[in-house]
Amino acid sequence: MGILLGGLYAVIALGLSLVFGVVKEINIAHGDLVILGSYFGYVAMSVIGIDPILSLVIGIPLMFGFGFVLQKYILNRAFKISMDATLIIAFGISIILQNVFQLIWSPMSRGLTTSYALSSVTAGPIRVPLAYLLDFIVAIVVMLFLREFMRRTYLGKAIRAAAQDRKTAHLMGINTDQVYAYTFGISMAFAAIAGIFLGLTFPFTPVSGMSFLIIALGVVVLGGMGSILGTFIGGIAFGLAQTLGGYFFGLAAQMLVAYTMVLVVLAVIPRGIFGR
Amino acid sequence: MPEEILLNVNHIDAFHGSFQALWDVSLTVKPGEIVAIIGANSSGKSTLLDTISGLVHPARGSIEFEGQDISTLEAFKIVNLGICQTPEGRGIFPDLTVLENLILGSYNHKARPKRAQNLQEVYQLFPIMEERKNQLAKTLSGGEQQMLAIGRGLMSTPKLMLLDEMSLGLAPILVNELYRILREIRERGITILFVEQNVRRSLTEADRAYIMEAGRVVLSGTAAELREEEGVKKAYFGA
Repeated sequence: MGILLGGLYAVIALGLSLVFGVVKEINIAHGDLVILGSYFGYVAMSVIGIDPILSLVIGIPLMFGFGFVLQKYILNRAFKISMDATLIIAFGISIILQNVFQLIWSPMSRGLTTSYALSSVTAGPIRVPLAYLLDFIVAIVVMLFLREFMRRTYLGKAIRAAAQDRKTAHLMGINTDQVYAYTFGISMAFAAIAGIFLGLTFPFTPVSGMSFLIIALGVVVLGGMGSILGTFIGGIAFGLAQTLGGYFFGLAAQMLVAYTMVLVVLAVIPRGIFGR
Repeated sequence: MPEEILLNVNHIDAFHGSFQALWDVSLTVKPGEIVAIIGANSSGKSTLLDTISGLVHPARGSIEFEGQDISTLEAFKIVNLGICQTPEGRGIFPDLTVLENLILGSYNHKARPKRAQNLQEVYQLFPIMEERKNQLAKTLSGGEQQMLAIGRGLMSTPKLMLLDEMSLGLAPILVNELYRILREIRERGITILFVEQNVRRSLTEADRAYIMEAGRVVLSGTAAELREEEGVKKAYFGA
């Protein structure tokens, strides 16, 4: 269970890790942007009546475009003023989103309660909710996609180059501002995916974003900044610690156990499991 | 007879924040030349290259390349015109493979169609790059990293190569080899402007040279003239 849940955490954390690794921004609105994805799925399901997973066909390009524009026209400019400016803008986006969610959908808890989200799969003695299994499969698909994208395409290589050495990337003819915009767009596309699967797995409220941001930060720290595989392993470790903690010490101790693990890992290997 | 000029740097001033790094610097490079910029640390040599590359924009004066004013163009656009810089400290991407580094050299749109052909030429010039193409760039030795940086520059189909302190920290035998390759690159019709601290070396390898001190060009001329110049002899050769 914990391992499967870790897949969801990994997908949430991946967008955060990508932006942090490449653009060097800590996007503290990431959790809320994931929840924006969840609400998008909610609207698609309850108002238009299409399946949340299917709604990603529209949701991914929408969120990608939103991220691209946000980075290109706002964050890139703020970045030139100072690092703090981008942090404050992200904080502002976070507050705006939370309030907009409340205004439109009330503080009530919502969920993407499709028929399959509530069903479960049985394999021998193990019985797991289908949503958890989907989380894990999606995590693997998303990771592999990102890995191949980064390796095979010119843009992927340019993203890695810009992450490693901004000045030299410029000298190679890489428009780093444009590359950052694509990176943020990709991160938002992942947030859209994460939002849907989060909604299938858990109920969410307008303020859920903050707790998932904190989980994602824990995952990124665990796995090592900017490592794709590290984020995946970090997500699984976090999910596992949380579930086992809940099993042995009670539900209230879930997060305590998971964060104690993050602290211990930080103390022993400060760069994270796969950190450079 | 009007002489053809490839690069014309015209009375530029440039700043790093509030610090003025270049004062009224002028320089010309003709097609097919090897030109050296000589000077001690922080004499403004690297800033001059960065200004030509577009990483720094001049506060006054202009820079023309093939007659086009490039002083306000962004660095990533200047690469397209055929100027490439091999930065100080080589600037290779450590966590990319050798091949990926080379491919990024051909990122600009003009170079992409010639990628395969350029790659063959780079491998011909530096056979070791082909042997090591799947290794991470950070695993290369210092000399190999410099070769990679030069090879990556060639991937952009340049007309003018800017080389910043390529001999820094390398054994003399490697430096000899790099300069031999530089002459070979010139044979292929690529013009070279390099920055160097070693005066003796620069005046042997270059056709002409500019000597910089504290952000100003203090002397310039053909290498032969400068070798005979009293001031240069005193200051740099200790004669």
